[in-house]
Amino acid sequence: MLEIKCPYCGKRSQNEFSYGGDGNIKRPALGEEISTKDWDDFVYFRDNPRGKHTELWQHVSGCRQWFKASRDTATHEIFSTCKMNEDFNE
Amino acid sequence: MSNQYRTSNSKGLVNKEKIINFTFNGDSYQGYEGDTLASALIANGIHLVGRSFKYHRPRGFLGAGVEEPNAMVQLHEGDRSEPNIMATEVELVEGLKAKSQNCWPSVKFDIGEINNILNRFFPAGFYYKTFMWPKSFWFKVYEPFIRKAAGMGVAPLSPDPDRYEHNYEHCDVLVVGSGPSGLSSALAAAKNGARVILAEDKAHFGGSLLNDDVTIGNMSGREWASDVISQLKNMPNVVVKNRSQVFGYYDHNMTVMFERVSDHLENSSKYTPRQRLHYIRAGEVIVSTGSIERPISFGNNDRPGIFLASAAREYMKVYETLVGKKPIIFTNNDSAYATALEFIKNDIKPIIVDTRDNSDGQLVKEVQEQGINIRFNSGIANTKGHLKIKSATIGTLDNQKENFISLEEVDCDCICMSGGWTPTVHLSSQAGNKLKFNEDIDAFVPDKKRQKETAVGSANGAFTLDQSLAEGFQVGFELSNKFTSNDIKTDTPISNEPDQKPHEKLWCMPLPNGQKPKRFIDFQNDVAVSDVELALREGFRSIEHVKRYTTLGMAGDQGKTSNLNGLQYVSNIEKKIVPEVGHTTFRPPYTPVTIGTIVGREVGNHYLPTRKSPVHTWHEENNAVFVAAGLWVRPRYYPRGTETMNDAVNREAANVRKNVGICDVTTLGKIDIKGPDAPEFLNRVYTNAWLKLPVGKARYGVMLREDGMVFDDGTTSRLSENHFHMTTTTAQAANVLSHLEYYLQVVWPELDVNVLSTTEQWAGVAVAGPKSRELLSKLFPDVDLSNEGLPFMGLVDTKLGDIPARIYRISFSGELAFEVNVESNYGLHLWKKIMDVGSEFGVQPYGTEALSTLRIEMGHVAGPELDGRNIPYDVGLNGMVSQKKDFIGKRSLSKDAFVSEDRQTIVGLVPVDKKSKIPEGSHIVVDDKAPTPIPKLGHVSSSCWSVEYNNPFSIAILKDGKKQIGKQLIAVSPLKDISIPVEVVSSHYVDPKGERVRS
Repeated sequence: MLEIKCPYCGKRSQNEFSYGGDGNIKRPALGEEISTKDWDDFVYFRDNPRGKHTELWQHVSGCRQWFKASRDTATHEIFSTCKMNEDFNE
Repeated sequence: MSNQYRTSNSKGLVNKEKIINFTFNGDSYQGYEGDTLASALIANGIHLVGRSFKYHRPRGFLGAGVEEPNAMVQLHEGDRSEPNIMATEVELVEGLKAKSQNCWPSVKFDIGEINNILNRFFPAGFYYKTFMWPKSFWFKVYEPFIRKAAGMGVAPLSPDPDRYEHNYEHCDVLVVGSGPSGLSSALAAAKNGARVILAEDKAHFGGSLLNDDVTIGNMSGREWASDVISQLKNMPNVVVKNRSQVFGYYDHNMTVMFERVSDHLENSSKYTPRQRLHYIRAGEVIVSTGSIERPISFGNNDRPGIFLASAAREYMKVYETLVGKKPIIFTNNDSAYATALEFIKNDIKPIIVDTRDNSDGQLVKEVQEQGINIRFNSGIANTKGHLKIKSATIGTLDNQKENFISLEEVDCDCICMSGGWTPTVHLSSQAGNKLKFNEDIDAFVPDKKRQKETAVGSANGAFTLDQSLAEGFQVGFELSNKFTSNDIKTDTPISNEPDQKPHEKLWCMPLPNGQKPKRFIDFQNDVAVSDVELALREGFRSIEHVKRYTTLGMAGDQGKTSNLNGLQYVSNIEKKIVPEVGHTTFRPPYTPVTIGTIVGREVGNHYLPTRKSPVHTWHEENNAVFVAAGLWVRPRYYPRGTETMNDAVNREAANVRKNVGICDVTTLGKIDIKGPDAPEFLNRVYTNAWLKLPVGKARYGVMLREDGMVFDDGTTSRLSENHFHMTTTTAQAANVLSHLEYYLQVVWPELDVNVLSTTEQWAGVAVAGPKSRELLSKLFPDVDLSNEGLPFMGLVDTKLGDIPARIYRISFSGELAFEVNVESNYGLHLWKKIMDVGSEFGVQPYGTEALSTLRIEMGHVAGPELDGRNIPYDVGLNGMVSQKKDFIGKRSLSKDAFVSEDRQTIVGLVPVDKKSKIPEGSHIVVDDKAPTPIPKLGHVSSSCWSVEYNNPFSIAILKDGKKQIGKQLIAVSPLKDISIPVEVVSSHYVDPKGERVRS
């Protein structure tokens, strides 16, 4: 079980969190003209890197805040976490 | 005579004053307090414990602790019966009942032993080769046979009556194992002020210090151990746990420990758990798990009476038990001579067989000084004795040590073997440590760590006491300094132990001329040298493949005594060095853990939390039959007298259509939404328009996922300019909240909106039926509930007496209906008031079944239709989709496949005979007799008995559904072997114009 540092609450066990997927995805703006391919890329396609990955987590059984985590997908090492409006302090 | 195999001069840790009675295979025996089941059996001369896994060979004890591969027993009886328990790990307790397993009719005469006689028909990979064909035999012939033949003990069939607990711990330093290095690192870390947990698997602390004649400072090893333990126990920053096995090492330094709390107690209170699982998140883990002695492979080296030399010594020194009185010591190193000396101390002269040409180690000299002749350059070729060892064939080895020169049969009643020592690296390996091979000790030791884990002492390959203590004190101090600023260093005491000479790299004896006895490597899985040879001959090269083909090092044992010997043998044959062969992966648990402990208190009703509405007690008192709806417990129906479920559901639903019914809808998800951007946010979340919803009005909304599939639906009301009350389906409440939070926090943080779950804060009662207005008018005489005063989709804040209440004019049943909300605490009060006032209107409660019936008849979609595979068009909600604005998932709806004309759409189905109920999940086909695969046109999502038309009615999702209306198709349920001709109709079966809700 991972130990994740919520940027608001501090270190907590993984079972308080839910995983929110790739943190690099930017939703197209509302009303934006967008090709089907670009839209499909946004909806369906994700990189699956081995190594460092920016991802989203939500502290669902805590403060309910979404935040960013930089995690190694192979070793599970978490390098850093930060609030949504912050950048990683690495 | 009992206890005839007790030592005369060894002083151990058993209490001979306290006799403990137990039975084994029905016979009564006596042991002493402090005995294990193993030591008590051995003390009574019992060596035959069970039968081996594959060949059903008679087996006894090999070890004295967790390394034991053979001596597994079935413990206790009835619902506490427990299979596959290592007798070496069971502390003797009054009245203990144990029996042999994997044998029939008895352990002495076992029919299954035919496997041993036929062993040439059971080579490695036997199952893979034999049970391949014919394919049709698998289910009826092979599988039942294998199931019966495989496995060892028998699991009890009734629920476990004992109590198990989970515990969560944090510490700075976790020390695993209380041998010399563990004790010293725990002491150093604790004195430096760190929060320390020390875990020891056995009942006694001290590890090898209990078995070895050494001194530390001015004390014996054993005295020093107990001195350190009492110091640690008196320190407030230290938790000391015996009978506790750290069996797993997971990510981020999460370790899991299995504590046997009361197995050793004759009586324990009702609330004392039997066993406990500790999740320990440790800052640093010190792995001081010691080492396990290696066996040597020689002909028939698995007979009862053949022990590891260290185990034989432990039985003497800790349990005052003799494993035999005519011992042979067989070794490739010096450490087994300590066992010889312990025999000599008890006036028993062992025969010593040493593969080496010579040794002048201190222990060897001490043995020689006792006038014992050592047979150097010799080995054991074979043994005799069916149920217990009787003799060994000892031979002199040739120069290459590849053949025996001369053989001689020697009587014995036990063999104590030693092939050197293997560091216990399981935890380090589980932690992700890349092990390296240490050629000095011919074993793997931890190397590059991935987590905060440090091995010390013999687990790290440090086989001398000096080194172990020095490493322990050093590492304990250094690691604790990460957590404290005390910088208190504890000095390493001076120690003294006999020096030892190197071992010989020889772990497999040659076969005696003309004979092919089995030389076992893995006792638990019955893997012999010949099996490994076969695997290599058949082309298995990777050690992971050899492992799986032969089953070497698998199962509960995890190769504790067999891994390295197996690797060594593969490397010899392959002419590679061991590190090139590599090692297999160690996996948790290190030792078997009971299922009860893993489950803990999460059994029965405690498996998940239970959510109950505030009206729950009323439902119980009124004969409700309940159903689980997620975590909620909801009334399914309220049977009267001898009513069946169908009777009750039809009565409840019909009463709503005719009079008035009430339903507890407290479970609906409720979300409070506030903020100046709330209307804009709802406009983006829902498919329909929200900006112009007037205050005091509710609106039905549908929300999608980005892929265009319907995610959830519900009504949301505008309470004031910037304040909304959203309802969700019961099932999706939590997901919808996370969904909203995601968009507010991640995607559109510029929106000034707050969302909060208020599901628990409101109790809700749906009042539905043509008489609902009359009923509520009586309950709320001051409120104008007329079509003008409270039109469809309106809401009004009012009071029930002094209690604030809100009335919504919304309907799921399709009838004229209202929903009344009060604060949860008043839910029961509200419900009772409605029942009281409603009696003159024929009010009846209705449960989830009638609720379903009512909405299915109306063609209202719910969970079975909103299953994540349908876009709004498919479920008849296209009218809800705004063309003017963008919203979550909208772009997906214009994709080619989503605008295709012949998409699956919602329809109604009525059986042609108007009688046959259509099972939910049925497939819809044109011709159920067509050759397979029959093209499938759709499936039945919801079924009910229409109380309006008094015949079955179903909702289905059907390809090109709108064009199929009026056609006749067939609903087939292959699982139930049912085919029903059906007519396709509109899904709006009752009141298709929706006049009733507005009446």
